[in-house]
Amino acid sequence: MSDAGLLALQVRTTNKAFWRNPASAFFTFAFPLMFLVIFTALLGSGSVEVAPGVVIQQDSYYVAAMAAFAVITATYTNLAISISFTRDAGILKRTRGSPLPAGIYLGGRVAHAVLISLVLVVITAAFGIAFYQADVPTGVLLLEYLVTVVVGAMAFSALGLATTALVPNADAAPAVVNAIILPLLFLSGIFIPLGEDAPTWMKAIGDIFPVKHFAKAMFGSFYGPPFPFEWGDVLVVAAWGVIGLALAIRFFSWEPRK
Amino acid sequence: MTDEVITVAGLRKTYGDLEAVAGIDLAVRSGEVFALLGPNGAGKTTTVEILEGYRDRTAGEVSVLGFDPADRSRELRRRVGIVLQSTGVDPYLTVRETVALYASYYPSPRNVDEVVDLVGLSEKRDARVVKLSGGQQRRLDVAIALAGDPELLFLDEPTTGFDPGARRHAWDVIRNLAELGKTIFLTTHYMDEAQNLANRVAVIAKGEIVAEGPPSTLVERHLARTVIRFRRPPADLPPSVHDGSTVGAEIEIAADEPTRTLHELTSWAVERGIELEGLQVTRPTLEDVYLELTGGEAGTE
Repeated sequence: MSDAGLLALQVRTTNKAFWRNPASAFFTFAFPLMFLVIFTALLGSGSVEVAPGVVIQQDSYYVAAMAAFAVITATYTNLAISISFTRDAGILKRTRGSPLPAGIYLGGRVAHAVLISLVLVVITAAFGIAFYQADVPTGVLLLEYLVTVVVGAMAFSALGLATTALVPNADAAPAVVNAIILPLLFLSGIFIPLGEDAPTWMKAIGDIFPVKHFAKAMFGSFYGPPFPFEWGDVLVVAAWGVIGLALAIRFFSWEPRK
Repeated sequence: MTDEVITVAGLRKTYGDLEAVAGIDLAVRSGEVFALLGPNGAGKTTTVEILEGYRDRTAGEVSVLGFDPADRSRELRRRVGIVLQSTGVDPYLTVRETVALYASYYPSPRNVDEVVDLVGLSEKRDARVVKLSGGQQRRLDVAIALAGDPELLFLDEPTTGFDPGARRHAWDVIRNLAELGKTIFLTTHYMDEAQNLANRVAVIAKGEIVAEGPPSTLVERHLARTVIRFRRPPADLPPSVHDGSTVGAEIEIAADEPTRTLHELTSWAVERGIELEGLQVTRPTLEDVYLELTGGEAGTE
């Protein structure tokens, strides 16, 4: 089988196993929609000033925010946890002893996560259009939006792979991963919008990490002007992806940690 | 020699101050079943994982099918099958899907259903891996290692934790593979496994090879004393055979020349019309040799 065929087979196999594992399918797919409904019901009646002079209704805010959340869950959270599991179960070690190149195996896992995030973005946007009067971006905005989604999905996948190096064993994986990502999701305004009046330290921390930049690019390309879309945000996300990849290459372990 | 599949010279592996493998030489020929026998912690797994390409070595030369396994060449991995001591597969795939997945990594794989039949998992073909028993998962490990139709197989403690029936079955599978001309490198801490399966055995203890050869000559070379055992007769033994020890009502003679000793003993008994009750002549087993060579560290199960 050609390497392209092997990559396609990895994606298909990962997908098969993903859907047969009720927990992974449920958490990845149901959470973003569930949060969209809950947050909109709780906080959707207000409005927030997201940039000087830019005020947005919170119900449509959450459509873009939950799409960003869905991408991060499907890539970063999902890969960091599930690859820690496959590592501790000895699956990675066995694969390493087979002729399958490491890049094709991990590439298949990442490609599947990216595809799942695209599906989730479409579902979230469709949900938003149907229930929260959101508009679909068109033209240049749509292109910007899709580039943001794909760059973000790949970058958060790389960071997910790097995070497995911090996971001592599979049981600890959800705790380690959530300890990293949950605070960042809050500090980056994914769950509760950060207005112009948010604490400076909070905005400063958010500016360092990729989550806020990803969310900003997702908002900007989803809603369009006056909401600002800046390629700089996409570049920061991509840079974090490169850092993640480098860390993963250096520290990734194919053998169970004991 | 050109038909050497594995050549190891002066292999050393240290972890900090600990010397796990302390300079060993091995040569495995094509078509051979070679057993690396030793107690737990003797350096078996370290050695086999260096040969498989999982570990770097500290020093020494290693060649597997003409490749240095440390280079992790894809070509080498296409020709080798590996059964690790503990590995998993995706619990949500079926037996058949799993074997087919691994088969697809190799240029000329075996027929998937044939492999599943060969390891005795025909009835579990469509069962998800999560539903298999421990023994069945171990058979699946073997099936995966065979999927690519490798010429060389590494089996790291293939029957540890098996019940006797499963063990017999695993042995049959290994013998079948040997008949197909596969070269098999297995590690084990079971003496009987090495004795039953291997053409050649190397005994490893504390990182060093302490004995090496076909199981039968190992016994002769390292512990040639055959034991003659019988119940104490109602008369004194002839002085020439009377150097045995008494164990309860039994006499045990460790004979350097068992034929001569037995002849003297039996002609003495026949002359006096004595029946030697419970007469037994026991050749030492590999286990005896093993226990002597490894300083009695065996039997950790």
